[in-house]
Amino acid sequence: MAEKIKILTKKVNVFYGDKKALDNISVEIPDKKVTSLIGPSGCGKSTFIRCLNRMNDTIDICRVEGKIIIDNEDIYSTETDPVLLRAKIGMVFQKPNPFPKSIFENVAYGPKIHGLSNSKDELEELVIKSLKKAGLFDEIKDRINEPGTSLSGGQQQRLCIARAIAISPQIILMDEPCSALDPIATAVIEELIDELAKNYTIVIVTHSMQQAARVSQQTAFFHMGSLIEVGKTDQIFSTPKQKKTQDYITGKIG
Amino acid sequence: MNNKLNKVKISLVKRHNSEKLFRLYGLAGIISAVLFLVIILFSVIGQGQKAFFTTYIKVDVYFDSKIIDPNDEKKEKDIKFANFKKIITSSLNKKFPKITEKKEIRELSSFISSSEEEKLMHFVIDNKDYIGQTKSMWLLASSTIDVIIKNPDMEKISEEDRLISDKQLSWLDQMRSNNELKKIFNKNLFTKADSTEPEQAGIWGSLVGSFLTIFVTLILSFPIAVSAGVFLEELAPKNKFTEFLEVNINNLAAVPSIIFGLLGLAIFLNIMHFPRSAPIVGGMVLALMTLPTIIIATRSSLKSVPPSIREAAIGLGATKFQSVIDHVLPLAIPGIMTGTIIGMSRALGESAPLLMIGMVAFIVDVPSSFLDASTVLPVQIYLWKSTAARGFVELTAAGVIVLLVFLILMNGLAVIIRQKFEKKW
Repeated sequence: MAEKIKILTKKVNVFYGDKKALDNISVEIPDKKVTSLIGPSGCGKSTFIRCLNRMNDTIDICRVEGKIIIDNEDIYSTETDPVLLRAKIGMVFQKPNPFPKSIFENVAYGPKIHGLSNSKDELEELVIKSLKKAGLFDEIKDRINEPGTSLSGGQQQRLCIARAIAISPQIILMDEPCSALDPIATAVIEELIDELAKNYTIVIVTHSMQQAARVSQQTAFFHMGSLIEVGKTDQIFSTPKQKKTQDYITGKIG
Repeated sequence: MNNKLNKVKISLVKRHNSEKLFRLYGLAGIISAVLFLVIILFSVIGQGQKAFFTTYIKVDVYFDSKIIDPNDEKKEKDIKFANFKKIITSSLNKKFPKITEKKEIRELSSFISSSEEEKLMHFVIDNKDYIGQTKSMWLLASSTIDVIIKNPDMEKISEEDRLISDKQLSWLDQMRSNNELKKIFNKNLFTKADSTEPEQAGIWGSLVGSFLTIFVTLILSFPIAVSAGVFLEELAPKNKFTEFLEVNINNLAAVPSIIFGLLGLAIFLNIMHFPRSAPIVGGMVLALMTLPTIIIATRSSLKSVPPSIREAAIGLGATKFQSVIDHVLPLAIPGIMTGTIIGMSRALGESAPLLMIGMVAFIVDVPSSFLDASTVLPVQIYLWKSTAARGFVELTAAGVIVLLVFLILMNGLAVIIRQKFEKKW
């Protein structure tokens, strides 16, 4: 089965000042699948995911070399506007970070700045649709005008997912979305990821190997800034080719 | 094991003691601060409250037609040039018919403020029927008499050291026993500008001057400083040049205010030829002085907004500018407002730079525009403090009270704004 490739990276090197954070990363990320990035703390997986929507641009000392191609377009070429790029890539962060505004305003912000809806009704419809997709609507439908910060941690994270999908992205990046959540909230988010994978390409950074095994179809293992191994999730966890991968998933390193 | 616990116990005594000592220091510091504050407030309010009231003397004014209307035509021109000092003096003389000596009559006429002559003139112009009649009126006492009434201790000191003679004192006593003296609210204080006579001087002129000046300061410094702060903190690239700017802005905040006054004198007055003593120039000078304060406040409150908010907006495809305007700046508003009001309070209490641009002039009119010559509250206080006449002592203290009230109001406003805009996340 030939998979459609959504994101392709070629020999990506990332530097923070003089320090090399990522070394020669080449990887293919399939369309409408979940790809998880695993590895010990400081291995560069978060740096890598932040390269995919050029979030690293906001860090002055960060420098990216190599090519990252999304839909046949090199996103680090001078013609690419990072704002346009981020409009088609949603991102969910480690710590839930809703704006200190109402739930409605949180979800409506993205469509508003991009001018995605032509009328108030259309915007309202879009917000409700996004909240439904994020599995949050039924829980909060009576308090849509209450501050987003009044929700529980898990609900806040789903609000952030709703906010990300409101701009109809093709790709959703998740940087350890469950690390601040309890197991029950985590389970809800994982279910949601399964559901979202039907329509979106998802890249998720996770600390938990179990989570990677549960939610993803492809797994990439990072160690010390290098990509050690990438493959089908089943294969990585059952028959890893590299010794380091074996050591990590069996708990010898990391 | 026991040995170790003993060691801990011994060191524990020391540790607890040092904490106790520190608490004691703190408490002593606070108590002495409060003590000094109470002493200052007590002396200022004790002096100042006297200026809020002023003495009036009841006089049966005889509007002598021979003086006011010698031609019997009731012409306004005649009335305007009539000698009302004579009217007051002769009316007073009726109270004390025994006084005939010229010197004594002069002493008697000094009981009434010279401003009452004009008041009587206007009264007669409006009520021409009173010419030739007698009317019982309350007239403003001169500041000398006012000071004696307000400070009864002065009656006991010897004649040479006192402001009035024994005879004058005996007349005053007579008026007092006839219930011809009263103290009422000093309207002049809140309606008039400066004057050479303490009983006619008011702070309204300098209050309006202060208000106009602060308004110019706010209008100029707030938008410029907030934009500069946002630009430097959020949008400008971090390089040697912006670092250099940052160091300089921090240094500017510590520059003595009189330097800004000299700058204003050199540039606004000598090169740009703005009018001297005008609130617009004062406001510009104080705006220069306030800019660094607000810039620093803006930057530090922008810094305290969690980076996750920025990332959330950027991640959604907002431009850097949108993320700042829509999310970061609103969260920084309480801090910016607090900084601004602190800067404004400082500007309100500032006198040194305004001396440089001539806002220290003696101005008897209440300013009506930004270009009129005017003075400000702290400078007015300084002017009164350096005036010799006895009545200005109370006025000085009253000016301090008004200034303090204003500062407290502004700081109260800062607290309210802070609470109103503060959002929790």
